[in-house]
Amino acid sequence: MELGAPLDRVEGWDKVAGRARYSGEQRVAGVCHAVAVQAEIAHGEVLAVDATAARAVPGVIDVLAYGDAPALADTSDFELAVLQSPRVAYRGQIVAAVVAETLEIARHAQRLVRVTYDELGHDVELTPDHPGLYRPEKISPDDPPDTGEGEETPAEVSVDVTYETPAFHNNPMEPHATLAVWEGDHLTLYDSTQGAAAQRDALAALLGMPAERVRVVAHHVGGGFGSKGVPPRPNSVLAALCARRVGRPVKLAVTRQQMFSITGYRTPTFQRMRIGASKDGRIADIEHHVIEQTSTAREFAEQSGVVTRMMYAARARRTTHRLARLDVPVNSWMRAPGECPGMYALESAMDELAEACGIDPVELRIRNEPERDPDSGNPFSSRRLVECLRLGAERFGWSSRPEPGTRREGRHLVGMGVAAATYPAAARPAQALARVADDGSFTVSIAAADIGTGARTALTQIAADALGVPVARVRVEIGDSALPYGPLAGGSMGNASWGWAVLRACEGLRDGIARYGGAEPGLECRADTSGEIKNQEAYARHSFGAQFAEVRVDVDSGEIRVPRMLGVFAAGRVMNARLARSQFVGGMVMGLGMALTEESRMDREFGDYLNHDLAQYHVPVNADVLGIDAIWLDDPDPHANPLGGKGIGEIGIVGAAAAIGNAVHNATGHRFRRLPISPPSVIPHLP
Amino acid sequence: MRPFAYRRPADARAAVEAALDAPRAMYLGGGTNLVDLMRLGVAEPDLLVDVAGLPYDTIRETGDGGLEIGGAVRNSDLAAHPAVRRDRPMLAQALLSAASGQIRNAATVAGNLLQRTRCAYFQDVSKPCNKRIPGSGCPAIEGDHYNLAILGHSAHCVATHPSDMAVALTAFGAAVHVEGPGGRREIGMPGLHRLPGDRPEVDTVLDPGDLITGLTVRPLPFAARSRYRKVRERASFAFALVSVAAALDVEDGTVRDCRVALGGVAHAPWRAERLEEALRGRPATEGSYAEAADAELDLAEPLRDNAYKIPLARKVIVRTLAELGG
Amino acid sequence: MRVNFTVNGVEQTADDVWEGESLLYVLRERVGLPGSKNACEQGECGSCTVYLDGTPVCACLVAAGQAEGREVRTVEGLADGERLDPIQEAFVECGAVQCGFCTPGLLVQAHDLIERVPEPSDPEIREALAGNLCRCTGYEKILDAVRLAAARKAEAGR
Repeated sequence: MELGAPLDRVEGWDKVAGRARYSGEQRVAGVCHAVAVQAEIAHGEVLAVDATAARAVPGVIDVLAYGDAPALADTSDFELAVLQSPRVAYRGQIVAAVVAETLEIARHAQRLVRVTYDELGHDVELTPDHPGLYRPEKISPDDPPDTGEGEETPAEVSVDVTYETPAFHNNPMEPHATLAVWEGDHLTLYDSTQGAAAQRDALAALLGMPAERVRVVAHHVGGGFGSKGVPPRPNSVLAALCARRVGRPVKLAVTRQQMFSITGYRTPTFQRMRIGASKDGRIADIEHHVIEQTSTAREFAEQSGVVTRMMYAARARRTTHRLARLDVPVNSWMRAPGECPGMYALESAMDELAEACGIDPVELRIRNEPERDPDSGNPFSSRRLVECLRLGAERFGWSSRPEPGTRREGRHLVGMGVAAATYPAAARPAQALARVADDGSFTVSIAAADIGTGARTALTQIAADALGVPVARVRVEIGDSALPYGPLAGGSMGNASWGWAVLRACEGLRDGIARYGGAEPGLECRADTSGEIKNQEAYARHSFGAQFAEVRVDVDSGEIRVPRMLGVFAAGRVMNARLARSQFVGGMVMGLGMALTEESRMDREFGDYLNHDLAQYHVPVNADVLGIDAIWLDDPDPHANPLGGKGIGEIGIVGAAAAIGNAVHNATGHRFRRLPISPPSVIPHLP
Repeated sequence: MRPFAYRRPADARAAVEAALDAPRAMYLGGGTNLVDLMRLGVAEPDLLVDVAGLPYDTIRETGDGGLEIGGAVRNSDLAAHPAVRRDRPMLAQALLSAASGQIRNAATVAGNLLQRTRCAYFQDVSKPCNKRIPGSGCPAIEGDHYNLAILGHSAHCVATHPSDMAVALTAFGAAVHVEGPGGRREIGMPGLHRLPGDRPEVDTVLDPGDLITGLTVRPLPFAARSRYRKVRERASFAFALVSVAAALDVEDGTVRDCRVALGGVAHAPWRAERLEEALRGRPATEGSYAEAADAELDLAEPLRDNAYKIPLARKVIVRTLAELGG
Repeated sequence: MRVNFTVNGVEQTADDVWEGESLLYVLRERVGLPGSKNACEQGECGSCTVYLDGTPVCACLVAAGQAEGREVRTVEGLADGERLDPIQEAFVECGAVQCGFCTPGLLVQAHDLIERVPEPSDPEIREALAGNLCRCTGYEKILDAVRLAAARKAEAGR
């Protein structure tokens, strides 16, 4: 089946039959169970861990804590220096672990571990004027915190507003789970990770072992959205330590509640947007000032302002990032880090500017298209935002958008909103091996990860296409660090990176077969794309899109529903239409959650995220999603990579919250500048 | 969770006797709340007396148009019963607005009534809570309480009762059948659930060993026009910010009778008696509904971050009554 | 304690079960059927949905003792031998499966819906599946799959 065709997910049959084995489900003889004991203070030191009662429980094998846990070789990353110091940097930090014959015994004993602390005062609340705000050396992944160019000039129309987003938790459906197995001085980790090879390298460094003696296996991963990337989460380290200590395989499954403190989340933000424009909507000056939090345990500077560096033309431009270092859990990657919160602010401000200028929001964006990337000065490899906006406007019936606060249907206020989307398109070096198997079929191997994206399927299609054989004759092996190196699934770079290497390996094998005169079993070809990637031409590579939303606001309850949502994307070549649509729509629904239902609420007194379960953290349910669709332009980008794809895992969430927020403004006439927009905040502003 | 003993008695008497055997015995119905609380360490029974299999799992229509509902009847079965759907829509709607299909399939009527609060502090054993550990303090009062009580709370507890079904039953004035160490008795609703006062650890007026075996819902013909409206933070599967159960009897444009109860606003399902009194005999207009709602909500004492519940409750009450009266 | 029950038509005896174990734990760790997933252990996500005496429930909230003498059917028991149930086929064909972690619970819940309501409307599907969280798909393809399976079952029943 050709590339782009809607091939069934290759591991789909295993998943619907209940046969797919996730990391915590591997069967290993002699396995025992570990559970983490978490700090109940947000800042201070552990004075003592009294495990007497826990150890007395029949079936308890051992209790680990600072002072008696195996030592790590590298403790430079405090978050990963598990049980290596008495310091407590946030509530929920791992301060001990119980290992027992069964999970239930371990859990019972966990509650009997008594930890005493020297508690210091904590500072857990991000405020826009926090006295500790500082400029980080760089922002993720490796960019300057501040940029500035051009002279500010008096503007005819100006917008100066601040948006506030709460913390969000990734909440993949599979909680992080690890099965750690030591055989002599070799460690195998069955681990729910977005990158087996990167995880192996990180764990090997922490444990002070050569990478060859560590193997990470992740055949099936139940979602990640950034929370299973690298650096690893501390639970993986703890599992390895526990297994080493007790000399048996150890299974450690993080609970949903624990995920709210130890597996990362998206920082809350305050984002001040200043835009000055002429009356006809052309931007003269644009400023984006970002305030975020980071943990004292490890710095993470989310790059929320980068979108304003490249999105629109302007004569003057300034972006800054300031962080407050707080006694909070470590924030980290979450789907479209930077672009997601940043575009919420930028695209909401663009809507406000459109209103101030009296210009249609679609037209305003079109008027501010830059010719080249304003940030790098490079040409865009392709930039089809205007087509996305125009096509979307036509399909969505944008011309029927009402004046703000004027359309009432029964007990509902109805409105429409639009926002642009963008996400960088990059690739990382990878290696792949393509080989003719004994039965004449083909095996392609790469340490890629399928966290639900469809990577295994897309790579199968890429390989079959390159080999010129039906997909049924190709088997793709992924999810194992013992396979040729592949980078992690992140930054929407997975398929571009792995696919590129798979393409080259298969092209090489095909040539080899031609030279040899037949598909002789054992013929193989290895590919490494690092050279090609290093020598890529200078282009600004980004995906683009346009998000449209219609909302209905209940005038009695303030409840908001989204009867229609449309995303139009120009995201390069699409490898599998069926899988792609689901990725886009899934991202849009996560954006719907960001706009309307999701929020991690910091408990000031205790310093943790209070609503730490799925009853209280409201992931959208099926009933929240009504008519939602995603379409895309046929958009192979030859400058992106040889496959022409740009990555689709993240752009779906970008702009979605802004489109919904702008629609709420259009419906109600009131501008809500804090997410989520839910009944408590809506009620005071209803007629 | 903590080790405990497990028993399945054959009848109610045996259940009550078994429950008196252990100092921290608890009855287990569907388990949808209790098993969760045990895993969280909030509930630590030393004995679970499984009463879900007792023969109180039938729904019977009485000759006078009332309903006898067994305590072990599953929520989904009650919601689907023709006499509930036809004659008591607010009860059917309340049941169906609660939790998810899977939970409703397992949850029993008695267990639903005895749900514990979903206050985040109550559910987190690493934090103080007067309801969990009397005298330890209530962090919600100064902390996060946007979804907690505006009516009937105390300086010791601002929790809300999470049940939807109980709100509708409170509007009906259902009678709860209890089999206890001292024999059988009936408790009217409202009346089963307490306000927190200075003993928030006590949710209900039940005594140790008391087992809810069933309910009587007496006939209320005008409840064929009734409604349950629930406001929540997503379209389904979330607890109420505010909910309203209302039945309205209108003749010639005048309210002859009405029943209104509120959920999500207090430690107990809140029967809006002042509202009902203010509305009887008044014209069936939005103006009357609003005045009556205000009569009730004048009692509200919002906390720092939940004052929105007052206009929210008011609007939803008015709208629900207007839909019933119009 | 000992728990005797039937799982996917096979009588099972689990020994040395601790009272505090859940049905989900017994299925996954003792019976060797990890198809039902553990994603919240609070009944808040539906990933562990199994049939208990023919009714879908969250296995994480069923105490082991409550399963005594009862019939359990899990995702592993939906197929008829090697032949997958139409709902399983439809999930793959419609692209309703992504990471797959919510899938087993969704399949059981959707299977039950189609058994009870042969031609469910979209709002009925959305509400019936509201207890099954999915973080990947955005639910759209899941709806397609339920519609397709319902149509096929109706067709086969004619």
